[in-house]
Amino acid sequence: MSDIKVRAKLEGNETVVKCLMNHPMETGLRKDSKTNELVPAHFIQEVVCKWKDQVVLTAAWSGGVSKNPYLSFKFIGGAVGDPVEVSWKDNKGESQTETSQIA
Amino acid sequence: MIDAKRRILLKGSLAAGSVGVAVAAGLLTPRLVLADWNAAAFESKDVSAALKGLLGSDAMETNDAVVVKAPDIAENGAVVPVTVETTLSDIAYIAIIASGNATPLVASFALGAAAMPFVSTRIKMGKTADVIAVVKQGDKLFSNAKNVKVTIGGCGG
Repeated sequence: MSDIKVRAKLEGNETVVKCLMNHPMETGLRKDSKTNELVPAHFIQEVVCKWKDQVVLTAAWSGGVSKNPYLSFKFIGGAVGDPVEVSWKDNKGESQTETSQIA
Repeated sequence: MIDAKRRILLKGSLAAGSVGVAVAAGLLTPRLVLADWNAAAFESKDVSAALKGLLGSDAMETNDAVVVKAPDIAENGAVVPVTVETTLSDIAYIAIIASGNATPLVASFALGAAAMPFVSTRIKMGKTADVIAVVKQGDKLFSNAKNVKVTIGGCGG
């Protein structure tokens, strides 16, 4: 079980995928208000989105993407019930994957 | 003979020690494992260096077929919704740049064969600036920008 929420919906011939990930997305430039020390960088660097076995979108991110990132994209060719997989990797080597079916 | 062995032992422990120091100093952080993350482009301090690092060129043409959707006024710079869409075909890459940020390149997207030239996400903006979207078609770059006013405190000023 991962913290990624993936929703894929068929609209005409387009599949619209919306996902929400849980991640602090620290840039490494922010100071902790109490200790006045820099909060170490911790952000998602790569997101890979697959439809069946085909990679539809590969995103590379910096810490400039908002906390708990939202990502939406569209692709052509999906059918109801096809699996859509979203996975991310961050700069600390952590990763998560979630699969959902096109509705 | 004894002295020679002692030398080798000393050398060995010194080498092991320096690796330990490098790890402790953060020189060998796990980010190095992710070789395909373009550190040079994402850590660039200006827009043209970031684009050269990412897409190999900063020679881009403004094109109204590239649509950047973002609010005119963002009350909270930490969460600015941005959507990039284009009617151009055969787009391989979409990059989102917040020109006022310390490291302007925010996100880049490599589109697969089935993907439509559309991405939507939320970005952080340090101050009022242009959000620039750059799309790559063949070896040409097209861009468009949208100014977003960031009002921390949210009083619309």
